[in-house]
Order: sequence, then structure tokens, then C-alpha cells
Amino acid sequence: MYKQYKDAMTGEVADKAIIRTTDGACIPFDPMNSDYAEYLKWLAEGNEPLPPDSQE
Amino acid sequence: MSKVAIEGNSSGTGTFTIASPNSNTNYTLALPEEAGTITTSNSPYSTFRNRIINGDMRIDQRNAGANVTITTLNGQYTLDRWNVNTNQASKVSVQQSTTVPAGFVNSALITSLSAFSSASGDYFGFVQYVEGFNMSDFGWGTANAQTVTLSFKVRASITGTYSVAIGNSAGARSYVATFTVDSANTYETKTITIDGDTSGTWLTDSGRGLRMWFDLGSGSSFNQASPNSWTASNTLRTSGSVSLVGTNGATFYITGVQLEVGSVATPFERRPFGTELMLCERYFQRISGFVCGTGSGSTQCGASVMFKTEMRASPSVGLTAALQVTRVGNTDFTQSAASVEISASGARVNTLSVSLNFINFTGLPSDTALPVIVTGGILTLSSEL
Repeated sequence: MYKQYKDAMTGEVADKAIIRTTDGACIPFDPMNSDYAEYLKWLAEGNEPLPPDSQE
Repeated sequence: MSKVAIEGNSSGTGTFTIASPNSNTNYTLALPEEAGTITTSNSPYSTFRNRIINGDMRIDQRNAGANVTITTLNGQYTLDRWNVNTNQASKVSVQQSTTVPAGFVNSALITSLSAFSSASGDYFGFVQYVEGFNMSDFGWGTANAQTVTLSFKVRASITGTYSVAIGNSAGARSYVATFTVDSANTYETKTITIDGDTSGTWLTDSGRGLRMWFDLGSGSSFNQASPNSWTASNTLRTSGSVSLVGTNGATFYITGVQLEVGSVATPFERRPFGTELMLCERYFQRISGFVCGTGSGSTQCGASVMFKTEMRASPSVGLTAALQVTRVGNTDFTQSAASVEISASGARVNTLSVSLNFINFTGLPSDTALPVIVTGGILTLSSEL
């Protein structure tokens, strides 16, 4: 499971990284990052990330 | 005319030093542990003969020797550079062990946690991916493919035939070799020589060059009918190989894993601990002791962190526990829950550094530099293959 987050400084939804909810890791959208590859595979299965927490 | 000088004692443990013809350069050839031919053009006996990192299992940054049950599917990292790749959770555990053969201080211990009957599509492997840059001289996928030799020391509670497989990143090329554990609970040295693959695509960049897979009991869909040969599919084992996961409490220790060019297994390459740790840190690092700075808010702080060594790719970032920072006067602030985010919508990260935000604080002073307390959460950076 993955979750979007809002940048703490700008308040904008991050569009170049995602939070993996199982361990809280922040995964950058780097094509060479294997965690990102797993995220893309997860998306391809029809899943969608959770929206950012409301308090962020 | 070459000169041959013999150094060492009369028991035969010395070295031959051979000055090559028409050259003033000396090359030292370490004697292999068994009879064989040393091919100097293929195996120059320089540093980094062994393409496996942490083959002697000394480095365990993530778990520091703790036993870990594999609950994450498709690649949970254990000892540095080694992961368990499976589609079934909680069937095995992995721990850095001190049950070792002579000359080693650590091994990896894999323990079966149940008597599991693998379905055809199940898979279980103790795996290391070798970065393409580190095997670019293999020449695999070309007519100049080099022969390589895999050697390791293994101790298992179940005797019989086991499988180890090498495959490419696409899962379209595989070589399954077998080895036999003759005596239960006794370390044995195994050597497997593999003719280089002249077909397929083998990455030579920062991607997955090859996958080395010690099979723990994968299903029949991954069987290779004819072992010790290359096949154009994703195979992991032979049908008659031992299934470690099939016996509750079965154990499998391994250390001294070495993959090198040539047809002879040379002695395990001893690299300094610091050197080996740096090699591991290209893929996983732990960082503490940096400084956070606060802005006008009281609930968050930020930090730019430089990596110890350049990482393979922009890393995933994590925290082992809630971050704790301090200020002059020893007032401590701790996150209510561990949280780390890459700044500027995730854009500020590359292979050398990252800019981070830490939220979940209360009452932070504004416009202050706050050292991170080393007993708090530790930043983890992962760019594993």
C-alpha cells in the first residue's frame, strides 16, 4: 500500500515521490530505484495510492 | 624468458611470483584450493576478483545480528546485499550466524518456519543481485562470454541435492546448477564452474546484471529439466532438489560465497571490513548525526544529507524510529511518530544527497539549527537492485 504526501514546506502534493505505508519509506520516482519499480507494478495491477493525510 | 620465484614455506602455502615476459611488472598468482589451470588473461588476480559483495556475511546493517522473519514479499533484505525473494510470508527466517567454517566469522542462517508444500508457482530464494557494472567484463550475451566459477561453504540439516540458479534481469536466461550436501550439519565447500552465456541480454550498467539464487524450495513451474546448461526461461531449480521450506526447523548456513572469472575457484577474497562496508553502502546506508533546521513552523524541521558514498540510484528514505533532535540547553524534541519525506514534492534527491522534511514535532523553536541525537531514529537509504 502506498500513500501520497504533501510537501511540508510548499503544501503541494508530492508528484515525484510516494510513501510506502508498510514501513514509511519515502520512494523517489527514479526509474533505477527498485522500490519505484515495485510501485509501478502495483499501479499496473489497478491499485491507487491513498490521498495525503488531511493534517499534512 | 620468464623468471619464477617461489616464496613461502616448505609446506606449500607460499606463492609463486612470475615476472611476465618482456615486462618489468610483477604479478602475484594465489594458488587455488584445488588442482586446475589458472588463466591469467581471464583472471588477472587483481582486487575485486569476487563479484559477490558481503559474501562472507560480515555486514548486517539492517538487523545487527537479529533473527528476522521474512514477511515482505518479493525481496526482503536481510544481511547486506542478500535478500529472500518469495511470494509466501513467514515461511523462513534469516539471521547472521557465528556458526562458521574455519577462516570465517559469520555466515547466513536460513531457517524453515514450517513444513510448507510449495505450489507450482511458489518461489523461495536466498538471493544476491550483481550490479551490471560489476560484471561488465563477463561479456555475457556475446561470443566472448567468459567462464565463471562460483564457490561457497554450506552447512545444512538436510542432506541431498540443492540448486543454485543464475539468471538475467529480464528472467529470460537461466542456468541451474546443483550441488550435493553429503553430511548433515557439517560445512562443505562447493565449487561450480559455469560457461558464460553467449545469448540473451545481460545489463552492464547500474541495473541488475545477474541474479544469483540459492533455491529454498520453489515450485515446479521453476524446474529446469536439464541442469548445468543455459535455458531461455526463468528457472530456479531441478525437480529433485531439496525443499528447505518443506521441513519445519530445517537449517541452511552459507558463507564464503565467491563468483569470479575463470574456471578455478581461488581462495575467498579477503577485503578489509571498511572496504566491504563501503561496497555495501552503494546500496544501503544508515546515517545519523546530521543537523536539522527549523523555519517558522513549530512542527517540522528539514535537513540536507550527503551520502557516505555515491549510491547506485536515488535512494528510498526511511527512519528506524522517531527522530529526536536537541537544542542548546539539552532540550530534546521527539517526533510523535516516525516520518521522513523528500522535500520539494519529492524532487530533491539524487545519488549523492537528499533534502528532507521531518514532521510530527511539537514546540520546535523557530529558525534554529537542531542536531539530531544519535540515539533517536536513524536515517536509512536504500538503492538496492
